[in-house]
Amino acid sequence: MDLFLALVLQIVYGISNLALIGLGLAIIFGMMRVINLAHGEFLMLGGYTVIVATNNGVNIWVAMLVCAPLVVGLIGVIVERVLIRFLYGRMIDTLLATWGLSLFLIGLVTTIFGPQTTTTISPPIGAIQIGEYGTSGYEMFLIVMTLLAIGGVYAVLRFTKLGLLARGTMQRADMAAALGVSTPRIYMLTFGFGSAMAGLAGGLLAPITGVVPTIGAIYIAKAFITVISGGAAILAGTLSAATLLGSVNGIIAWATGPTLGEVALLLTAVILIRLMPQGITGRFFRKSL
Amino acid sequence: MRRAENTRLWLLAALALAFMFGAPEVLQLFTIINLTTAIALALLALSLGLIWGYGGILCFGQTAFFGLGAYTYAIWAQNFGETTGGVIAAVLIGAAFAGALGYFVFYGRVSDVYLGAITLVVTLVFFNLIRRTSGPEYKIGDALLGGFNGTAAPPLTLPWDPSAILFPNQVFYVAMGTLILCYFGCVWLTRTHFGRVCASIRENETRAELLGYDARLYKLGLFAVGGGLAGLAGVLMANGVGRVTPDLFNLGYAAQAIIWVIVGGRGTLIGPILAAFGLFYLTAWLGQQGTLDLNMVLGIVLILFVLLLPRGVVPAAMELGSARIGRTRGLKRARRNGRRRRATLEPAE
Amino acid sequence: MTPTRLTRRGLLQASTATAATLAAPSILRAADPIKMAAILDQSGGLELLGRPMLTATEMAVAEINDAGGLLGRPIELIAYDPQTTIQFYTQFATQAAAGDRVDVVHAGITSASREAIRPVLNRFQTLYFYNTLYEGGVCDYNNFCTGSTPAQTVEKLVPYAMNKWGKKVYIIAADYNYGHITADWVQKYVRDNGGESVEVEFFPLDVTNFGPTIKKIQTAKPDFVMSALVGAAHISFYRQYGAAGVNKEIPLASTTFTLGGEHKLVSAEEGNGMIVSFAYFEEIDTPANKKFVEDLRAFSSEDINYISETTARSYEGVYLWAQAVEKAGTTDRAAVIEALRSPVSFEGPSGTVTIEPKTNHLVQNVAIAELQDQVLNVLETFEAQPPADTLLVCDLDADPSQSTFFFENGLAAAGIE
Repeated sequence: MDLFLALVLQIVYGISNLALIGLGLAIIFGMMRVINLAHGEFLMLGGYTVIVATNNGVNIWVAMLVCAPLVVGLIGVIVERVLIRFLYGRMIDTLLATWGLSLFLIGLVTTIFGPQTTTTISPPIGAIQIGEYGTSGYEMFLIVMTLLAIGGVYAVLRFTKLGLLARGTMQRADMAAALGVSTPRIYMLTFGFGSAMAGLAGGLLAPITGVVPTIGAIYIAKAFITVISGGAAILAGTLSAATLLGSVNGIIAWATGPTLGEVALLLTAVILIRLMPQGITGRFFRKSL
Repeated sequence: MRRAENTRLWLLAALALAFMFGAPEVLQLFTIINLTTAIALALLALSLGLIWGYGGILCFGQTAFFGLGAYTYAIWAQNFGETTGGVIAAVLIGAAFAGALGYFVFYGRVSDVYLGAITLVVTLVFFNLIRRTSGPEYKIGDALLGGFNGTAAPPLTLPWDPSAILFPNQVFYVAMGTLILCYFGCVWLTRTHFGRVCASIRENETRAELLGYDARLYKLGLFAVGGGLAGLAGVLMANGVGRVTPDLFNLGYAAQAIIWVIVGGRGTLIGPILAAFGLFYLTAWLGQQGTLDLNMVLGIVLILFVLLLPRGVVPAAMELGSARIGRTRGLKRARRNGRRRRATLEPAE
Repeated sequence: MTPTRLTRRGLLQASTATAATLAAPSILRAADPIKMAAILDQSGGLELLGRPMLTATEMAVAEINDAGGLLGRPIELIAYDPQTTIQFYTQFATQAAAGDRVDVVHAGITSASREAIRPVLNRFQTLYFYNTLYEGGVCDYNNFCTGSTPAQTVEKLVPYAMNKWGKKVYIIAADYNYGHITADWVQKYVRDNGGESVEVEFFPLDVTNFGPTIKKIQTAKPDFVMSALVGAAHISFYRQYGAAGVNKEIPLASTTFTLGGEHKLVSAEEGNGMIVSFAYFEEIDTPANKKFVEDLRAFSSEDINYISETTARSYEGVYLWAQAVEKAGTTDRAAVIEALRSPVSFEGPSGTVTIEPKTNHLVQNVAIAELQDQVLNVLETFEAQPPADTLLVCDLDADPSQSTFFFENGLAAAGIE
C-alpha cells in the first residue's frame, strides 16, 4: 500500500514535471505559432539566475519565485525584439532561428560560467516519509507549484484585460490592430510571459537537477514533444499530453528502467501525432484554452 | 536558361573530377582521410537538400537513416568479411526504413512541424535504443553492438576480391566518386517528370492533388530516395571515422544537417554540399583554436542566415551573378521576369 | 593552419604559452622540438574532466621545457579539442600522427574515444598514452594505460564497504562499457567476499530523473549502494537521493564520484559519509603533492574545482614518457617503448608509479577516502597495486604483437568468473 502510494506520487510528479517544463513553450507555441527551440536554454538561464542570486545572498525562495521568472522574462522580451519579431508567420524560420539562439546561449553561458556550476543549492524542503518510503518533500512542492502555475496562466488569459487582448490578437491580429490594440506590444508581452514561465520552471528545477550549460538539451525534446502532442490549446493540450506521456514513462521506467521509459514516451508521442496530426486538442477539448 | 545551367553543370563536373584525381596527388594523407568524413557529411546534406529543398519534406531526423546505414554496413562487414553486400544493404535498409516511416506519416497526412517532430523523435528513439546495447548479449552474428562505445567499421573491400582491403586514399576515390554520382543523379531526378511533380507538390499540395497527382505517393518516393542516400552517407562516414557510434543518431548531427541546408540554400543541391564542407572545416578549425566556443559560433551563423540570408548562400550568389550578367547585356526586363518567376518558385513553408 | 601553439583558450593563454616557450633557454629554441599531441575534450560535455587534464599536461610540458627540455630539445605541445565527438577523435588523431608527425599522443577520456583512436595510432605507429581510469583489459604494445583499473580500486573498496555496512549491495552504473564492466567487477568482488548483489541497474548518461530508482532502492533495502554513475547529468542522482533522505539510511560507495569534482557540486549534507576509491586524491598529505596542487592552481588560468586522479595522472603520464625518452636517448618509438617497459618509474604527486611491462599498465598506490563536508579524508592507502585484472588476460612479454581490448565482450567472454 505504501509502495503503491509512493509510486502514484512518483508518476504524478513525472506528469507535473512534463507540464512544468512544457508550459512556457506551450504559451509561445499555442498563442503565437512560434516554436521556441531555445526553450531548454531559457530553463537553463532560470537555473543560473537562481544560483547567481542565492550566491549573492538573495533568499532562495525569492530567487526561485521572483528573480528567475523576471530575469528570463526580460531576456525573452529582448529576444523577441531583436530576433523573433522579424519572423512572424514563418514557423520553420522561427524554429531554425531559435535553434541558433539555443546553441548561442549554450556557448555564451559556457564562456561566462565555465562548463560546470560552481556552487550548490540544495532543495529547501527536506524529506518526508510515506510509511517506510522516504520521498522528497520538494517534489511534492513542485507538484503544487505546477498546479499553481497552470492556474495562474489560466487566470491571466481568462480574466485579465491583457489576457483578452492577447487572445484576440492571436486570433485576428489585423482586427485587433484595427480596434486600436498595439499588436507588436502584445506579441512582445506574450513572448516575455512564456519566457518567464520557462524561467520559473528552470529555477524551480535547479535544486533537483543541478545546472550545467547543456542541461537544456535534456528538457527541450520532452517539452517540444509534449506541446506538439497536446496541440493548439495551451493548457488543456499541455496537461492532457503531459498526463498521457508522463504516465506511460513513469510506469515503464518503474518496470524496466529509464531508457525504455524514455523510448516508450517517445513512441507514444509518435503514434499520438500519427493518429491526431493536430495534437490531442486538435480533436478533443477544442474549445478549451 | 537551361543551357546556361547545363554549362554550369559541365563545369562543376570537370571541377569535381579534377579535385577527385588531383587531391590525393597534392594533399597529405591525413587531409585525404579526413576529407572522406567531410564527403560523408556532404552526402548527408545532399540527401536532406533533396527531400527538403525539392519535396518540401522537413525531416529533422535524417540522421536516423544515416546511422542505420552506418550500423548496417559495420555489422555486415564484421560478419561476412566483405563490404559490397554491406553497402547495398545499407542503402536498401535506409530506403526501406524511410519508406515505412514515410508511409506512416504521409498517409496519415502529418505535415510541416508535426512531421519534423516525428522524425526527430524517431532518431532520438534510435539513439536511446542503440546506446542501451552495451554488454555481450547485444550481438548480431559476430558483431557486437557495443552501446555507447560503438563498434568497429572495417574499411571497404573490392567487390570481386573481399581480401583486398582498400587503402585510405582509395577509399577517398570511392567516396568522392560516390558523391559526384549521387549529385548528378539527384540533378537528373529533379528534372524528370517525378522530380517536377514533387516540386509542384512542394509549391502547393492541394493544387497538385487537384491535378490528379497522389501527393502522398510522390512524397513517399522522394523520402525513400533521400533515406537511401543518407544510408550511403552512413557507409562513407563509417569508413571515414573507422568506428560507428550512437553519436550518429544524436541531436548534434541532426541539427548540423539542417544548418547545412539552410546555409547552402533550400532548392539547390550544390548549396548544402558546399555548406557541409565549409562548416566541417570551420568546426574542425575551431576545435584546434579553442578560442571561441563552437556552439556560440554555430548559433550565430544559423541566426544570421535565417535573418539576413534565409534562402542560403548559393541561391543568393546565383541571383547576384545573373543580375550582373543581366545588367551588362541590358536585359533588365528579363531579369525582372526571371526574378518574379523564381520568387514564385520559393519553397512554400 | 599549422598548429604551432601550446595553448587552447583565449589570448590570455596564448600569451602565457608564448611566455613559457620564450622562458625556455635560448639554445632550446634553436633545436628541433619534440612534438607531443594532446586530444582531450575541452567542450561538448566532458570538459569537466578534460579541461584540468589538459592544464596538467601543459604544466608538465612547461616544467620540462623550463628545466632544459628533453635530450636538449624543447617539447612542443599541440592541443586539439575533440568536442566530445568520436568523429573528431579519429580526425585529430589522424592529423596528429600522419600530419603533425608527433612523437607521442596523450589522449582520450571515454573508452569509446580510446577505442576509436587506438587503431589509428597503431596504423601510423605513434606512441599512445591513455591517462584515464577505466574498466581494464586493454592489451596493446603501443598503448600505455596509466589510469587505475577495477582490480586496483573496486577490489579494495567493495570489501571495505561490506565490512563497514553489510553484505547486501545494490549496484547502479552508467549505461556504457565502463559501467557494465565495472558492474561485472563489483558483482565478482561482492561474490568473492561472500556478499549478495541484489540488483544491477544501468542509466544512460543523460538521465536526470532518478525518482523511480530511488523508490526501488528503498524497496530492495540493501546495506549500501555501489555507484559507477558518470557525468554531469548523473549528479542529479546524488541530489535526489539526499533530498529523499535515503542517504542517511542506505549509504553510498563509488569509484567515479568526485572524479570531476562532483562532491563540490552537491551540498555537504548530500555527500557526507560516502566512501570512494582512487589512485589519487588532492588531499594526499605529502610534500610532493602539496607542491603539485599549489603549482597547478597557480598555473591554471581557470578555477580548478578539485584535482582528481585523471588530472594528476595526465601530469604523471607526461613525465613517465619523458623519462623513457631520456633513458632511450632518442624519440624513436620502438626504443621509447622498450625503455618504458624496462620499466620506467616516476615519483609523482600520487606516490611512486611504475610501468607494469606485461600489460603496459601501472603499478600504483590506491587509497580509500571518506567524504565529509566536501573534503575527502583518506582512510587507508594500499601501496604498489598491480593491474591484476588486465594481468589475468594479457601478457605482452609473451606476445608483443597484441592489440586487443579483452573486456569488450564483458568479463564472462574474457574467461573471468
